Amino acid sequence: MAIEIEQPRVGLSKVAVSKTHGEDSPYFAGWKAYDENPYHETSNQSGVIQMGLAENQVSFDLLEKYLEEHSEASSWGKGAPGFRENALFQDYHGLKSFRQAMASFMEQIRGGRAKFDPDRIVLTAGATAANELLTFILADPGDALLIPTPYYPGFDRDLRWRTGVNIVPIHCDSSNNFQITPEAMEAAYQSAESMNLKVRGILITNPSNPLGATIQRSALEQILDFAVNKNIHLVSDEIYSGSTFSSSEFISIAEILETRGYKDAERVHIVYSLSKDLGLPGFRVGTIYSYNDQVVTTARRMSSFTLISSQTQHLLACMLSNKEFSENYIKTNRERLSKRYDMIIKGLKKAGIECLKGNAGLFCWMNLSPLLEKPTRESELALWKVILNEVKLNISPGSSCHCSEPGWFRVCFANMSEQTLEIALERIRKFMEQRKRN
Amino acid sequence: MGLLSRKATCNTHGQDSSYFLGWQEYEKNPYNEVNNPNGIIQMGLAENQLCLDLLEPWLMKNPDALGLKRDGISIFKELALFQDYNGFPAFKRALVDFMGEIRGNKVSFDPNHVVLTAGATSANETLMFCLADQGDAFLLPTPYYPGFDRDLRWRTGVEIVPIHCTSSNGFKVTLPAIEQAYRQAQKRKLRVKGVLITNPSNPLGTTMARDELDLLINFIEDRQIHLISDEIYSGTVFTSPSFVSVMEVLKDRNLDQTQVWERVHIVYSLSKDLGLPGFRVGAIYSNDPVVVSAATKMSSFGLVSSQTQYLLSAMLLDKKFTKEYMSENHKRLQKQQKDLVSGLEKAGIRCLDSNAGLFCWVDMRHLLKSNTFEAEMELWQKIVYHVKINISPGSSCHCIEPGWFRVCFANMSESTLKLAIQRLKSFVSSIGMKSQSHQELKSLRRKARNNWVFRHSLQSFYDREQDTTTKVSFSYRPHFMSLSNIAATLDAAA
Repeated sequence: MAIEIEQPRVGLSKVAVSKTHGEDSPYFAGWKAYDENPYHETSNQSGVIQMGLAENQVSFDLLEKYLEEHSEASSWGKGAPGFRENALFQDYHGLKSFRQAMASFMEQIRGGRAKFDPDRIVLTAGATAANELLTFILADPGDALLIPTPYYPGFDRDLRWRTGVNIVPIHCDSSNNFQITPEAMEAAYQSAESMNLKVRGILITNPSNPLGATIQRSALEQILDFAVNKNIHLVSDEIYSGSTFSSSEFISIAEILETRGYKDAERVHIVYSLSKDLGLPGFRVGTIYSYNDQVVTTARRMSSFTLISSQTQHLLACMLSNKEFSENYIKTNRERLSKRYDMIIKGLKKAGIECLKGNAGLFCWMNLSPLLEKPTRESELALWKVILNEVKLNISPGSSCHCSEPGWFRVCFANMSEQTLEIALERIRKFMEQRKRN
Repeated sequence: MGLLSRKATCNTHGQDSSYFLGWQEYEKNPYNEVNNPNGIIQMGLAENQLCLDLLEPWLMKNPDALGLKRDGISIFKELALFQDYNGFPAFKRALVDFMGEIRGNKVSFDPNHVVLTAGATSANETLMFCLADQGDAFLLPTPYYPGFDRDLRWRTGVEIVPIHCTSSNGFKVTLPAIEQAYRQAQKRKLRVKGVLITNPSNPLGTTMARDELDLLINFIEDRQIHLISDEIYSGTVFTSPSFVSVMEVLKDRNLDQTQVWERVHIVYSLSKDLGLPGFRVGAIYSNDPVVVSAATKMSSFGLVSSQTQYLLSAMLLDKKFTKEYMSENHKRLQKQQKDLVSGLEKAGIRCLDSNAGLFCWVDMRHLLKSNTFEAEMELWQKIVYHVKINISPGSSCHCIEPGWFRVCFANMSESTLKLAIQRLKSFVSSIGMKSQSHQELKSLRRKARNNWVFRHSLQSFYDREQDTTTKVSFSYRPHFMSLSNIAATLDAAA
């Protein structure tokens, strides 16, 4: 270990020593507390239950079953005839069979209401890479992207750190269920202008993280109109599109474009990944789908810095091109997530806690504002610390998601067994009872 | 549209499009022993295809590694969820052991100093982001891997200033050359943050001598800058002198645990040694904990698939296998290189003496019509179109002496190599050029550098893209949509 040196680190870049990686936020501090004392069903029943990690663990059995029955997906067949070609394949166009499988999977998720062209798919090692890459392509250092709050804390790093691009928030609040309004967008735009920041685009997450709700059709229309009026880009991160509880409720920006005959499509770019829907964050599978030829070309070249392992492309090409598997998976995954969601909502209600009405994602947006001493960020963080240290639950405070209204928390429910979820709900119930008594 | 890169505008000059043509011509008409014996032979691709047949039986014997099982039990869920940017511990341990083996165990590496990245391409760019600000510069000895122009500069805004090496001393790095480069950078008002070397060298195929490494260490110590040693070809050293890593030199000079120790960083990858470029396995090794920490966080933008980490941890942990593999790898590389060198000799073409890499640095100066880069281009076009071999012209590697070419030999069978040599022999006899003596060449040499040749840095050359417009089934009304400056500058002028 190097000796601690007090003077500033000379010789490294500003980017390297900056704090824009964001890892000092409570979002990450909670993880640390969990890592130090993780709950375990048998060996550590008093540990911290991780409810701050948006992972989908409810449908692994389906994936494992597929792999058991289709060993050629993981082994290139008997004698590994395809191994050589696969091991050498580093073409940044990506495996054609995989792109075709992704395009068709994305279509299935949208109930066939939108079509995707495999040649417009650019592959990246995860949505993290996709979002950063798009930012490099759509904006210059010092420019701004408008993002509705509350938003995924990771964006502070992914969109800003190495790109030098700024995020200007579009403030949303509970008065209208945190929906994005033209007024809020305009206010954000003006705010950016007043700071002399050139706005290059608006980035939405649909379904929303952390709200756990899809964006309504009318709002999508307004957002697209706004982007057209200001002549800026629109990035729609649809990473949770397969995690909607019912297939009909999710409307993709792709559908809006289709109804408009693809007018103004060249400013629209969709980000997707298999990390949430398929629960495979370790495999690093992300995509950019752009209706802009030059963005596709440039993104493809830039993807050299973040290609997907050809071994993984091969496995997933097999899996996702199996229509029987993919259709069953999408349907079953939805049902299970929906069931979990019902369970947590009921459990929280029993404890006297209300949540935003959600219809997607791996989490719910919980309202604890009645519990705050004062409607301030400090009170929210104080409450968060209590929940972390006394109730032993790691949940994400709204302030880490840049929510302008204190008291809201994101609570994940898909990264644990049903039993663990019961225990978490029990702990919350007890906590709320105690507070009532005091 | 405002986006079109300078590539498009440069195309009007006509000459630079030949860089595309080599790749494109090959893609249009690829040689195949059976189906297309008159096609273009690809000798511009530094891939190691000689030992994949050794990996296949290993895979068959180790089904757990592929099947994502441990002792027969599925660990699929564990791997599927594993996205920790600190990397799969077993894989990092196996990787550092492997790296140590390659260096004859003269140095040992600490897994906690390793950062895994999606390929060396990602590792090099990440190091730039960590060590340099936009507008800073790194010094690179020429000739160098064309991909660096994009990898080190594109999104980072960092500049490359060349340290010119010449055939007068076998292209070794000299102190005057380094100092000249440093002064050049200062003239251009660029702050030099470090030196980046590739050792063994691409495109030279040679390992750096101890005295060269000493020189570099002294220089960076003196200027208080960084040294990056891209050792991606370290496992391809097939004959003496044996590979000496910069880490070894630091250790021998008792410089470990000093300040300079923390400013030397190594890049590695399994793409060349194991021939697995598709799996995207790269690594940064640094003794500076701040660099390791920053690079680790940055690796989020290019993590290695956990599926692949698992497979390779199993493979690299099989030390018996890796030892046999590396030994056989060296044997086959040596044989193939010998065949190429002796074949070319018979055609009156000499190569730089090499002991590593997947290519030879070939001297075709005597075949040039004049000692100019135009003549080099002309020769190159002849070789691509008429001899039907795609090789890499030295100018694409920023070599300041016209007439050198990089010719790859490890991505083809023995018989294909024989055929390529035969074609070259016929070509040489057909143009009836006599070998010019070294003295004559010296007097002819003038610094005729074509600006547009250099401006045209080889992002396109190493592009796999066929550069035809994407065929899409929907056509959208073209509209001016402004993109970033980075998107527009695919090849910022040197």
